[in-house]
Amino acid sequence: MSGFNLYKYSSPATFYVLAGRLIPWFYAAAALLGAAGLYVSFFLAPTDFQQGEAYRIIFIHVPAAWMSMFIYLAMAGWAALGLAFNTRLSFMMASALAPTGAMLTFVSLWTGALWGKPTWGAWWVWDARLTSELILFFLYLGFMALQAAIDDPRRADRAGALIALVGVVNVPIIYFSVKWWNTLHQGASVSLNTAPSMAAVMLAGMLVMALAVWMYAIAAALSRVRCIILERERNSQWVAQMLGAEPHPHPNLPLEGEGTNVEGI
Amino acid sequence: MNAISALLRRELTLAMRRRGDALTALFFFVIVASLFPLGVGPDPKLLHLMGGGVVWVAALLAAMLSLGRLFAADHADGTLEQLILTPTSPVVWIAGKILAHWLVSGVPLILMAPVLGIQFGLSGAELAVLMWSLLLGTPALSLIGAIGAALTLGLRGGGVLVSLLVLPLYVPVLIFGAGAVDGAISGLGSEAHLSLLGGILILAFMLTPWAVAAALRISIE
Repeated sequence: MSGFNLYKYSSPATFYVLAGRLIPWFYAAAALLGAAGLYVSFFLAPTDFQQGEAYRIIFIHVPAAWMSMFIYLAMAGWAALGLAFNTRLSFMMASALAPTGAMLTFVSLWTGALWGKPTWGAWWVWDARLTSELILFFLYLGFMALQAAIDDPRRADRAGALIALVGVVNVPIIYFSVKWWNTLHQGASVSLNTAPSMAAVMLAGMLVMALAVWMYAIAAALSRVRCIILERERNSQWVAQMLGAEPHPHPNLPLEGEGTNVEGI
Repeated sequence: MNAISALLRRELTLAMRRRGDALTALFFFVIVASLFPLGVGPDPKLLHLMGGGVVWVAALLAAMLSLGRLFAADHADGTLEQLILTPTSPVVWIAGKILAHWLVSGVPLILMAPVLGIQFGLSGAELAVLMWSLLLGTPALSLIGAIGAALTLGLRGGGVLVSLLVLPLYVPVLIFGAGAVDGAISGLGSEAHLSLLGGILILAFMLTPWAVAAALRISIE
């Protein structure tokens, strides 16, 4: 069977179509899982006897925090693929993932503050997890700021990929240094580690919500990568054909993002 | 080895001719550290507790400010391209350049640190730990910062951008550097922190020249 060829979809022109077909499915999965997860979180899960209803924010907070870290790994993975195989689509995926990751990092910091106020009595404590999540947020911002500052897309891709890889090497070092710093300072003695074990329903709700966030992240990244593809390839023939517009007046000029296979669509 | 010593001679000669640059970063260091007592009040106890951290944050900012000089001038006059064209492995001359940069920008900070430490009421033993921590930490700052400097070569707003890229990566060095001084002040001992700083320095020395070489190739091409 000669059927499925993975390399076919490493071309932006073919991937654009594939992503367009996949996006509704991922959004639908995100909506269904999100509805189910929220139902479990707010109606089935029991009230926590220590924290009251305020604990329910962890059903948003924990999935967002998990995905914020996972997306950074995925971003670095795409960046490494791009640097190793010099595939344009990998760099585009890395750029497309960054804003979603930054947004989820922000959501987890924000919901963490909302949870911390009634539970710990403070919007913010210099806990190891909070601090390293904050630094992760800075790493996302640095990646996006670097790409935004470079006009040449090729250089922006590669520079961003390098800083993403440097960041991924540093993330464990940062995490452990912050953790040891925190335990030595004895500043915030409140820790999630001492929380009582979780009821099975709560865990289920959290896992379903995590899946929902995951599906949403994929859908959002695919939507964004479609925009990036169109932007980068705006002068190529397949975009002109697809949009039914006049082809570029000078198709023979060397344009950015040339060399896509027109037959792909 | 020849290449490194020639490069070191060149860098140090250039630095001697532009002494103002290194002095500016040094005075920035002094001013930032002197601003803290004005901000938090002259209570000697509080200042003694804060001293190590304040000197470290000031050193970190001063090291970051001087990163612009690492490659910018060579990039502007084309020397960098010639260096890339030489048969010497880029990792070698990049390590040499970073070493020269540290000699010019890092070592003055270490020598100035005790003066600032005295202002914060640190004792002799604590000052020694402060200097040791800076001796191990500032080369790591130069190494890690070189990646940011190489990636932002020739970009508009490069100076602000480099801070956004590099400061999060400086966090472990800051934690263990300031932690060493804290350990000396509180009597917990500072060997663990200094060992970890040394570990970071070794890791940075092994990995960053490769990353900087890749970054320079991206920025130059």
